[in-house]
Amino acid sequence: MSTPLLEQVDPVVDARYTYGSVTDDIVRHVRPPVSMTWLFGFAIAFALLMLLNYAVIWLLIWGVGIWGINIPVGWGFAIVNFVWWIGIGHAGTFISAFLYLLRQEWRTSINRFAEAMTLFAVACAGLFPLLHLGRIWLFYFILPYPNTMDLWPQFRSPLVWDVFAVSTYGTVSLVFWYVGLLPDLAGLRDRPDQGIAARKLYGFFSLGWRGASSHWTRYQKAYLLLAGLAAPLVISVHSVVGMDFASGVVPGWHSTIFPPYFVAGAIFSGFAMVVTLAVPMRSLFHLKGLITLRHLDGCAQLMLVTGCIVAYGYYCETFTAWYSASPYEMGMMWDRWFGRYWPLWWILLICNVLVPQTFWFRKIRRSPWTLFVLSILINLGMWLERFIIVIQSLHHDYLPSSWQIFLPTFWDYATFFGTIGLFLTLFLLFCRYLPVIAVAEMRELVMHKGSGAGEEEEPHD
Amino acid sequence: MTDPGPDKLFGVSAEYASAERLLAAVHEVSREGYTKVEAYTPFPMEDVSTVLGHSDKPVALVFLICGILGGLTGFGMCWYANVVNYPLDIGGRPHNSWPAWIPITFELTVLFAAVTGAIAMLVMCGLPRLHHPMFDAPNFERATRDRFFLCIEARDPKFNPSDVTTFLKRTGALSVAEVNA
Repeated sequence: MSTPLLEQVDPVVDARYTYGSVTDDIVRHVRPPVSMTWLFGFAIAFALLMLLNYAVIWLLIWGVGIWGINIPVGWGFAIVNFVWWIGIGHAGTFISAFLYLLRQEWRTSINRFAEAMTLFAVACAGLFPLLHLGRIWLFYFILPYPNTMDLWPQFRSPLVWDVFAVSTYGTVSLVFWYVGLLPDLAGLRDRPDQGIAARKLYGFFSLGWRGASSHWTRYQKAYLLLAGLAAPLVISVHSVVGMDFASGVVPGWHSTIFPPYFVAGAIFSGFAMVVTLAVPMRSLFHLKGLITLRHLDGCAQLMLVTGCIVAYGYYCETFTAWYSASPYEMGMMWDRWFGRYWPLWWILLICNVLVPQTFWFRKIRRSPWTLFVLSILINLGMWLERFIIVIQSLHHDYLPSSWQIFLPTFWDYATFFGTIGLFLTLFLLFCRYLPVIAVAEMRELVMHKGSGAGEEEEPHD
Repeated sequence: MTDPGPDKLFGVSAEYASAERLLAAVHEVSREGYTKVEAYTPFPMEDVSTVLGHSDKPVALVFLICGILGGLTGFGMCWYANVVNYPLDIGGRPHNSWPAWIPITFELTVLFAAVTGAIAMLVMCGLPRLHHPMFDAPNFERATRDRFFLCIEARDPKFNPSDVTTFLKRTGALSVAEVNA
């Protein structure tokens, strides 16, 4: 079998791997003795999670007045954070669904943890609209259910579409992730080095998976169809989030570029988060032979592409503001570039437009820790983008008499950093109790690219 | 091992060291005319499924039907709410404003198809089923790691424990064992 030259020098998986060793290398980090690094990370994450707890309880006692929101800036940090988290939650399903349908082999070692990242990011995102309601216990008002008020949700409103889009996205991502996880849960059940209780638990969740060939046939069909369904779903979710803004009349929101530009931004920030998590993970868990430079290179190339689309989005918004000849649009744009929030706008431009341009250089795409730093800058830039869109647009609307500055309070920051704690806590638990790489898929890759079964043993009976 | 008799037997299993060996054995099994055969592999092997004649037919149909049902539910709900149950006259705009209902229709299509389809796939595989006779096959815990198993089941019309055992031993198996039901 002749392999292309690029494959030989730049493998998606180390060619020395066998079915057994690839399994052991991935599964080694599942339930090891607690390491100091993990414990240290978990302590910080858990402390932040407790901060979230505190902030939410304080919110329940006093209401949304503890935040910096005012009129006209009614959508404060809550919506900024919602859009930021849901954007991050796009890369996982993008990797799993799109790259699967396109048969991109390099997807295999990053899809599992990227999907987990998606789920946790969607969980963080989902919190914010609920918290933003102020009276969380009435959130079910937005669902269509038979009620004594004889009312329906407004099905023509993007905000109601959002409820359907985000909850469907969360559910389908969970189903997709769990179906992908089944063979690996069965693998953990069958490992003698796991304790009895753990094996029983993994066995329960593996639903009795035994790798029968007739099961695999149906499994693969179902997985393919799930990928096919999840792919347009990824596009729909952030499009709907974009429409939340675009259908508003606020200058800076009312623009048809929003849905595609939001989707590109979401994938951009999602891949940045994938890199932020992958770089420390591959060195901590010794996964450098599995998450190779080729994978980081792939992520960086996708960030470059989506980064360029995002840059076009900024250009287009600015151009449209000028071309519209609307004094409100132009006034808003002038304020965005040179008004009260100007430093944030310029930092945003540096992070989201200049930083990804460095990914033209192969050397940068292939130096993990440089990429790590740049990906954090992009995460920051994308958060600032949402801040500018939500807050700067709102604070400078039509009537100068209603213009107001939004200044976040301690509780705004506490809730935001709290969700970072929630995200990291869930992610660290995931790293400890589930394989971060899809083991069965890696074995399949090893059959094509690696040493297969390795040395064959003599018959033993 | 004492023979519990063919009626108490689930089948005879064979263990192989590599995917290539299993594939060769599967070809021999099908040439020999066995029909109730299942392979157990640590990753999907399409060649094996093709030779053994496994079909994925009903899975896609369930996805399709549930997707259509979901779409109808989504659209029907919006239509019923805005046209029949609670029509609102907003500046004379039509009640049946269907383009605004497409996002919800789409979301429910995907939701119904994905959730029901995934459950249906498991049910068609007879899962969840926490125990299965094959788990008693020697060394079977490696079927989710690096070993490849083949089982000719007792319900096969050509099944005869001693013949099947001799036959499987000739196919290059590491070990052959009878599996009790």
